[in-house]
Order: sequence, then C-alpha cells, then structure tokens
Amino acid sequence: MSVADNAGSTTVNNRKGKQFGEQAMLMLEKFAALIFGSAIILAWQIIVPLSGLSEFILPTPLQIGQRVVTEYALLLRHAGVTTFEVLAGFGTSVVVGVPLALAIFYSKIVERAVYPILVAMQTIPKIVLAPLLVLYLGYGWAPKITLAFLISFFPIVISTVVGLQSLDKGYVNLVRSMGANEFETFFKLRLPAALPNVFGGFKVAISLAVIGAVIGEYIAADKGLGYLQLQANSQFDTTLNFATVVVISAIGVSLFSILSLLERKVSFRRDSAK
Amino acid sequence: MNQNQTGLSDSIGANVRIDAVTKTYETREGPGVHALDRIDLDLASGSFVACVGPSGCGKSTLLSLMAGLFPPSEGEIRVDGSVVRKAHPKVGVVFQTDLLLYWRTVLDNIMLPLEIKRQDREQGRKRALDLLVQVGLEGFESKYPSELSGGMRQRVAICRALIQEPGLLLMDEPFGALDALTREKMITDLEKMWLRLGNTVLFITHGIDEAVFLADRVLVMSPRPGRVDLDLTVDMPRPRNWGAAHEDPVFNGYVRQIRRIFEAEGVL
Ligand SMILES: Nc1ncnc2c1ncn2[C@@H]1O[C@H](COP(=O)(O)OP(=O)(O)OP(=O)(O)O)[C@@H](O)[C@H]1O
Ligand SMILES: [Mg+2]
Repeated sequence: MSVADNAGSTTVNNRKGKQFGEQAMLMLEKFAALIFGSAIILAWQIIVPLSGLSEFILPTPLQIGQRVVTEYALLLRHAGVTTFEVLAGFGTSVVVGVPLALAIFYSKIVERAVYPILVAMQTIPKIVLAPLLVLYLGYGWAPKITLAFLISFFPIVISTVVGLQSLDKGYVNLVRSMGANEFETFFKLRLPAALPNVFGGFKVAISLAVIGAVIGEYIAADKGLGYLQLQANSQFDTTLNFATVVVISAIGVSLFSILSLLERKVSFRRDSAK
Repeated sequence: MNQNQTGLSDSIGANVRIDAVTKTYETREGPGVHALDRIDLDLASGSFVACVGPSGCGKSTLLSLMAGLFPPSEGEIRVDGSVVRKAHPKVGVVFQTDLLLYWRTVLDNIMLPLEIKRQDREQGRKRALDLLVQVGLEGFESKYPSELSGGMRQRVAICRALIQEPGLLLMDEPFGALDALTREKMITDLEKMWLRLGNTVLFITHGIDEAVFLADRVLVMSPRPGRVDLDLTVDMPRPRNWGAAHEDPVFNGYVRQIRRIFEAEGVL
C-alpha cells in the first residue's frame, strides 16, 4: 500500500496509480507461494548444470519432469496402490475416530478410560511399530493400511473431542431454551461449531496417512511408491527416485486440497467473512 | 403491519406465576449453593418487569428456571397456567452475549427457533424480515454476524427471541456488553418495540436507571439467597424519553429509592 501511495503525482494519476498498485499487491499476495516456489525451481534448474553436478547426483527439475512423463504408466500404477492404502487408512481413522470422539465427549466413563491412554499414545512414534506390523500382518496391504490408520487416527480423535468440548455453555442453554433435544442440539449446534476443528484434524491426518503408507512400503512391499523409490535407490536411479518424491507429494497435496474443498462446502470458517 | 401488531398487543402477553420457588445448586461437597429462597411472584399479562440486584444474588438463576433450563428445587412456575418443566413454547430468551451462530446468516439465526420446533419456514421468513425492519436492520438478512457491530448483533438476538411471538420475553442483562451510547439507543428502541408487541417482559439488569426507565415494576433483590426486597411500581407515562427522564424528579426519586436499599445492604 505504501508503495502505491507514493506512486503518481497529480490527483487523477494518483488515484489510478493507487488502484493499479493495490491490484498488483493483491495479485502478488494471491500468487505469492506460486511465485516463490517457481523462483526456487528456476534457480535449481539454472544452478545445477553450472555447478557441474551430474544427473546421477542431483538431476534438474526438467529431467525429473521428463522422467515423470516417460515413466507415466509405471508411476501411476504404483501411485494407485499407495493412494488406496492412504485412503483406506485415513477412512478407517475417520470411521473409528469420529465415533470414538463422540463417545469420549458424551460419556464420562469412556473419557476417563480412553482419553488419557490416547493422549499418552500420541507420544509414541507410531513408525516404530512398522516392523511389528509386517511381522503380524504379512507383506500385503494390511500392514500399510494399519500403519496409515494408526498414525492418522489420533489427530482426528483429539481434534474432534477438542472441537466438541470448546463450545460455550451459553450456546447450549440458548438452544435448550428453544426446546431443542440433544439430537437437535448436536446437529444444529455442536457439529457445525466443531467442524473447523474436525477438518483441522482431518487435514493433519491425511498428510500423516501418506507418511504411514509410504513407510509401510519401505519396510516390506512389492508395489507402491515407497517400494518403487527403494528400487530406484538401489539402482542409483536418482532421477526416478526424485520422480517418486514428486508423485508422493502430489498425492499428499491433492488429498489435502480435496479436504479443503470439502471443508469449504460444509463448514463456514469463522474468519472467512473478514 | 401495525394493525396486525396492535391486534396482538391485547392478547400476546403471558401471565406468569412463580410459587414458592427455591433453588439450591448441588455441589460436589458441602451443603450446596442456596441461590433462591422461596420466591413468590406474579407477572401480569403484558407488563414490563425489571429485576435488579447485587451480583450473584440469583437473578440469572430465576431467569433460567423460567426458561425451563433446569427445574426448581422446590415450588413451581406457571406460564399462562401451564407448569414450566422444560423449555416453554411461549418463552423467548435474550442473553447477555448475543450468542449468534457465526456460520449462519442473520436470517438463519433468527429462524433457528422455528427450525428446532419444525415450524413453517415461509411464514417464519416473512416474520423475521418484518422484525428486522422493526429493529432497524432492514437489508441485513444475508449478512453474517461477524459483519455486524455489537449493538446490531444484540438486535438480531432480540429478533431471534421474538420470532415465535413469545408471551414472555426473558432478558438477562441484554445490554450489559454494549457501550453507553449504543445501550441508550437500544433501551429506547426496546421500549418502543415492546409498546407495539405487548409481551410480558422480565428484564434483568445491573443498571438502576435502565430498570426504572423501562419497567412498570422494578424488583430489587437481596444478596444471596435471593429474595425480593422491594417491589416498586413505576408510575410514569409512556413512551418515555431517556434524556428527559434523567431530569425528571419522579424518575430520580425511584432511582434514589433503589440506591438506598443497595446502600443499606452494603452493595453500593
Ligand atoms: N451451575 C451452578 N452451580 C453452582 N452454583 C451456581 C451455578 N450457577 C450459579 N451458581 C451460584 O448461584 C448464585 C446465583 O447465581 P446467578 O448466576 O443466578 O447470579 P446473578 O444474580 O445472575 O449474578 P450476576 O449479576 O453476576 O449475573 C451464585 O452464587 C452462583 O455462584
Ligand atoms: Mg447473571
């Protein structure tokens, strides 16, 4: 704004300059991440050949991009496997986590029995369970889905509970004074009030589920992007290695974006009116 | 519009009868908090009754009981003859904070009671828009609460309480969170609105002048356990004028009378 304020000297020019400057600032703000990201990739593309590093040590973004295109079918096949594991793990987390959160919220006994254990278990890095899961569940989908589930389950439960508990008692009294029963109180008040927290948990969870699935594939697998990456690694195919990183990231970003989109559909963010 | 309203004003106000109502809050240890002690009270149909009293004397407790949020420990409350056990369909409540749901538009906030009682939306919508005009918020129906000022939000909360045409309107320090200027405007507007609608009102406040200005009758409560120490009838013509009232010896006499009780009780 201050830049825009200084632009132009006559009044007419000043107004136009200001409008233009403000618009430019707005555009800049909107695409800030895109511009910054592109700048980094561009720098990478320019600096790597100049520094004389071989593709084998550090491929350029262009080489990685080309590889993604040429290995399209291979990557897609393995991406399908990984995506399935992620979604199955995340889905299980939602299906188990949300009802458990409701039980914790509505029942003192369940809260006393389960909640402290859940919170304590959050401090265990679930990754260390991966070898055990392979031991018990074999080499198929099961250990990956289970790991994705275990790792994404806690944030969903905890953020849902926190969302439900943080509602001010005054609102409950308000709808009670209108004659609402608990069913109506839940759907008209508690659920919509908790949604921002619930979606916050979902978004953390989906990113963690990707980590869980890929780690599962690192431990023992014959398909999936984690497996493909280890293959590339053992063959010193650094470009393919990077290509899998790109695809895994793309999966994470896409799933996250889908959740954000869904959130915007069903939940009104407190600050979005500002 | 006005014809409709004046037509209602003869009949809408509910009769309230509070009969030996006591409330003791159970606490985990000890004898519990004795908040209200054998309150007997009749609110005449269509009267505006204000209630003042020191903090913690049980005003909100009385209001919650009348709203049916929880039952009294002893005694009973009747609105138009029927005992209040849970939320009574003839009662609307305005709380100290507006308690608007931020994810709902102004209109949808006002319609909330109708949704909960599964009443006709179209008719309700017309009434809601009508109420918005009356509180000076015409055209604000599709705004969100975050786009409104504190005073405007409380006006919406009042519309929400009035949408069901409640025979009894309960207000718990509705203007307590507002600045002095906004408060004054809200007080005068509330009187005008009540003169049109004619509901029975119980208005809890900390402001003695606010109570005297608005009410036909001011109940002054004692410190806990709450009892009614003084039942003061305010005899002044309506509509009243805030500025003029403060110059009026009759008005000031009432105010002084209430202050003197608080001073005697060591509240002031
Ligand atoms: N849920 C509750 N459990 C236990 N005690 C309570 C509860 N609600 C209120 N009390 C106690 O009952 C007494 C009366 O409370 P109440 O809220 O009715 O006072 P009040 O007159 O509205 O006060 P204020 O003017 O500050 O709003 C207070 O001493 C309060 O501590
Ligand atoms: Mg109170």
